[in-house]
Amino acid sequence: MEENKKTKLENVTGRISRRTLLGGALAAAIIPVSSSFGKYIQAGVPVGPVNDPTKMIGPGPSVLGKRSPFEHPVRKPSDISSRTPLQDLYSTITPSDLHFERHHAGVASIDPGKYELLIHGMVNRPMKFTLADLKKFPSFTRICFLECAGNFRTGKEEMTPQDILGLTSQSEWTGVMLSTLLREVGVSDNGSWFLAEGSDASLMTRSIPRKGWDEAIIAYGQNGEALRPEQGYPARLLIPGWEGNTNVKWIRRIEISDQPFMTREETSKYTYPVKDKIRMFSFELDARSIITFPSFPQKVERGWIEIRGIAWSGRGKIITVEVSTDAGKTWAPAQLQQPVLAKAHTWFRYLWQWNGDGTEILSRAVDETGYTQPTLKQLAEARGTDLGGYHMNPVTAWQVRSDGNVLFKPENWK
Amino acid sequence: MLNSIEMKKTMSGAPVRFIMVIICGMMAITLMALQGNSVVNRRQRAMPDTNKWPATFGFGRTATAAEISLWDIAIRPDGKGLPPGEGDVAQGKAIYAIKCVACHGENGRETPGIKLAGPALVSDTSFKSKPKTIGNYWPYATTLFDYMRRTMPYNLPGSLTNDEVFSLTAFLLSANQIIKPDAILNAQTLPRVIMPAKKLFVIDDRKGGAEVK
Repeated sequence: MEENKKTKLENVTGRISRRTLLGGALAAAIIPVSSSFGKYIQAGVPVGPVNDPTKMIGPGPSVLGKRSPFEHPVRKPSDISSRTPLQDLYSTITPSDLHFERHHAGVASIDPGKYELLIHGMVNRPMKFTLADLKKFPSFTRICFLECAGNFRTGKEEMTPQDILGLTSQSEWTGVMLSTLLREVGVSDNGSWFLAEGSDASLMTRSIPRKGWDEAIIAYGQNGEALRPEQGYPARLLIPGWEGNTNVKWIRRIEISDQPFMTREETSKYTYPVKDKIRMFSFELDARSIITFPSFPQKVERGWIEIRGIAWSGRGKIITVEVSTDAGKTWAPAQLQQPVLAKAHTWFRYLWQWNGDGTEILSRAVDETGYTQPTLKQLAEARGTDLGGYHMNPVTAWQVRSDGNVLFKPENWK
Repeated sequence: MLNSIEMKKTMSGAPVRFIMVIICGMMAITLMALQGNSVVNRRQRAMPDTNKWPATFGFGRTATAAEISLWDIAIRPDGKGLPPGEGDVAQGKAIYAIKCVACHGENGRETPGIKLAGPALVSDTSFKSKPKTIGNYWPYATTLFDYMRRTMPYNLPGSLTNDEVFSLTAFLLSANQIIKPDAILNAQTLPRVIMPAKKLFVIDDRKGGAEVK
């Protein structure tokens, strides 16, 4: 009897998923299903747009929630990365399935039962930890942003926040502090760097100096659930505020050393020309902000507009975000949503009464070290015009046209 | 069965626990009264963790030498980690033509009008021009060995033998005119190769603050 009931329900459920896939924004209605108990079991079946939801009973509980059929936030993938739709998000947590991706040989597929982390090199006792071992240690949870060091695109007016700098996302990460594991293996006093190695097909490696060890986490949780495969399942290195590439995903090995290994990623990549030199080992991401509303392709009407966006710094807390609604002539402080966390996306709001004249709106972040987010011109003056693709954090300007259209303002620096 | 046993235990323990809770509660009230503002005091007393950590938690196990050597593949600029074996330019050129040319172009050079799947590896230009290649941008020769062995060729990562990697390294360094065409590379000679770009690299010394650098 029990089996019969189950089979019937599964049949109905199967029908739902097929029809939902086909139907797009279909609403769900209820049909009575006769069970073997002689009772009516209600199950949702999409039947078309609902005219009056108060006259139609909705679908019942399910094993896994879904977004509203009216909401379609999506990442924007290229061959090597995908970008978070910042313009579609509210406040600062990135839903895990919208977290940006950057990987060097695809998403690794790892059996958590076979996973092991090796810590060796200049240690008293080289050790291996299973995933179950990692989860037994005292745990630690922290909300912080994760941003790719190459998070800057420009070139045309029809660009969204996702196009310009969608390689930043924020999660609540849970794991074991790296310091807890290093305490177990006993690091030599002469150990000043470690190599972090992933177990994807690129065996991604980065050298991490001591200054990055204290806050580092071996994370296995993301927004309350296990890491997503794209974010390094079952475990990754997380160094709050540091360029994304150092946060090695699918981590399998940590080797303590007294010098950096000079891997491909920290020499020929993730370095950038600064005048006549090439700068390497830039770890902390500098303060940055962007207005996500209004932005392209949104349209605004004259009257009250709450300008909204995110600001963050890899060097600590954001203390101020200033907004200009007159193309940078004057600036005023925005409201920061509390609590403001260190090395975390911070939501800002600025109430503006738009008179309908064409203008430009901009934001700039100031962090607790006293650093103010620079313009592209300032960056070019400081580093030379052969600006590389890494560690770029210029102020982003949006053109608000008198017809209400909002367009990105691409700038040249050469 | 197990459930019912556990339930009995719980029930028989209940009166004892109840008394303990009452006693603890009374003690706590007395302490609060003695210490004034209880909330503030409790906050001040908050420790970093519930209990003092043991010297070791005893989770995890010692890694064996065999396990370490299986994964310990990183090569440092001083040559630590380089395996036995050797390679030369001619063999490297032959291997390149079979395993690398499809993505990195004829002799590692950009071919006008053809979009390569991988970056060009050889050029005659300075680091300020594109493409950025081994010759004008890579600061350490050991990185070539380390990188190619761990992840190349892209469609068959980790499939090259040590001798093949030494030979490919020799070919690419020779094509960039960094070593002579008759050079032999091995664990002794490779770390001695000085890369032209090494002198260009500076370590970031920024520490936050007002200055834009």
